[in-house]
Amino acid sequence: MTLTSGAHPAPDAGVGDYAVRLQNVVKQFTADGPIILDDLTLDVRPGEFISLVGASGCGKSTLLNIISGLDKQTSGTVETSGPPSFMFQEAALMPWLTAGKNVELALTFSGVPKSQRKARAQELLSLVHLDRSYDQRPHELSGGMRQRVAIARSLAQGRSILLMDEPFAALDAITRDLLHEELTRIWQETGLAVIFVTHNVREAVRLGQRVLLMSSRPGRIIQEWNIGGHEPWRLDSPDVANLASEITDQLRKEIIRHAN
Amino acid sequence: MPTDQSVDTTTSSDLKRLESGLDNLETGGQRGPGAKTYFARLLSPLIAIAVIILIWQIVFWLQLQPDYVLPGPLQVLDALRAQAAQDLLWQSVFNSIRRAAQGFIISILVATPIGLALGFYPKLRAIFGPILTGLQQLPSVAWVPAAIIWFGLSDATIFTVVLLGAVPSIANGLLAGMDQIPPIYLRAGQVMGAKGFGRTGRIVLPAAWPGYLAGLEQGWAFAWRSLMAAELIAVSPALGPGLGQMLDTGRSLGDMALILGAIAMIMAVGILIERLVFSPLRQRTLRNRGLIR
Repeated sequence: MTLTSGAHPAPDAGVGDYAVRLQNVVKQFTADGPIILDDLTLDVRPGEFISLVGASGCGKSTLLNIISGLDKQTSGTVETSGPPSFMFQEAALMPWLTAGKNVELALTFSGVPKSQRKARAQELLSLVHLDRSYDQRPHELSGGMRQRVAIARSLAQGRSILLMDEPFAALDAITRDLLHEELTRIWQETGLAVIFVTHNVREAVRLGQRVLLMSSRPGRIIQEWNIGGHEPWRLDSPDVANLASEITDQLRKEIIRHAN
Repeated sequence: MPTDQSVDTTTSSDLKRLESGLDNLETGGQRGPGAKTYFARLLSPLIAIAVIILIWQIVFWLQLQPDYVLPGPLQVLDALRAQAAQDLLWQSVFNSIRRAAQGFIISILVATPIGLALGFYPKLRAIFGPILTGLQQLPSVAWVPAAIIWFGLSDATIFTVVLLGAVPSIANGLLAGMDQIPPIYLRAGQVMGAKGFGRTGRIVLPAAWPGYLAGLEQGWAFAWRSLMAAELIAVSPALGPGLGQMLDTGRSLGDMALILGAIAMIMAVGILIERLVFSPLRQRTLRNRGLIR
């Protein structure tokens, strides 16, 4: 396990070899309003897992919206290797469709021919260990199961970038713990580039290869910890605890800056 | 990566079993009772009907009013039987239901694009929304004289009145349904790349369905009422029999039993359609979406 800290560039990043490239991105919602994102520059390599931590109001969600194209930056450039898929804090499954049909909906919009959709949806549900839930309705599933269907739906879009906006924040601790392992496994199997936004520092450290700390108002990336390619960690491993407390200290300093 | 980490990490099959256990714990045994049967849906209202007929019969026995003002249930039944003997009863019922159903289907085809257009384009809605609401407030029977002058005593007159009754309700119901779509579904659709007809057909309409269905139900009620008003006023041999015409026959003959019989048939059709079509649809919608068990 290699632990390095600081703002040096990620290793092996060749020119043009990126999944997401942000250069000097600035976001203001109104011309004279507060600066939400300030001069943000970030490269994400294909297959890389980035955790983005910060206190409330640091513009994490705005950043994801800009990368996904749901929102537009005020200035700066945003490039992606392709359109990303997006997971929200809520599973946002369509309540009028079964779990399987929800996955098929994403396949439909991705242009997968009708004859292949059912088998493919079943495959994706198996990948998230929901083999038997094809015909269940979202309200019949637990919160963790719904988020797993949402993962399957994201994968159905066949994208190479996955944006996750606090997807496990509303889940109980046991379920979240399992979903961390599940996500790590799926990430390793699929080679997706993931940008995972959270305000849970331990979660960030456990999942990410790189952890980026954002400041609030204006939102900037103020520090970066490079964890390197890693096997899944357990939440209670000492490495996680040490790094998490270091990042928490920095986060608190950032929050104190906003005190009266 | 070092292999001594294996103590720390769960293997894939362990993870699968862990998740499966948790899934079962969190969802176990919460299936609700099955749907009420059609039988129960139809039988429950019969109790109220029996009570009403009983009270009616008692009032009749008390002879508070002469028979030609307040006939008893049996006299009404006889009047209906007499109509049935001339083949008029079932023809009237069938004709009226057919007209209402045709008018209702045309109304859906007209109202749905209107509702969608106003829902998608707020500027259009600001212009035409109030007119739609105004039409909904206006009793569509008010259109009967105008329609008779425009189209004469024809089916076109009847359908005009039915459409003017049902279209505003359906369009407004769809609009209300679209207003109530949780934004997260639209965002989820957007990140899946939904646009155009696919977005409308696979996300917007199903998401707006509860409000749309309420509008359809109200639209049907308005279509049925409007039809009765139109049939009652636009009486012509060319139009053939109908329940509204039966009311008019009763009025012109001073046959109170026939009038009450026609009223009973009009109500019976209303109740039957609600119980057999709209109530099951509504229950199914709510149950599928987890809004009721």
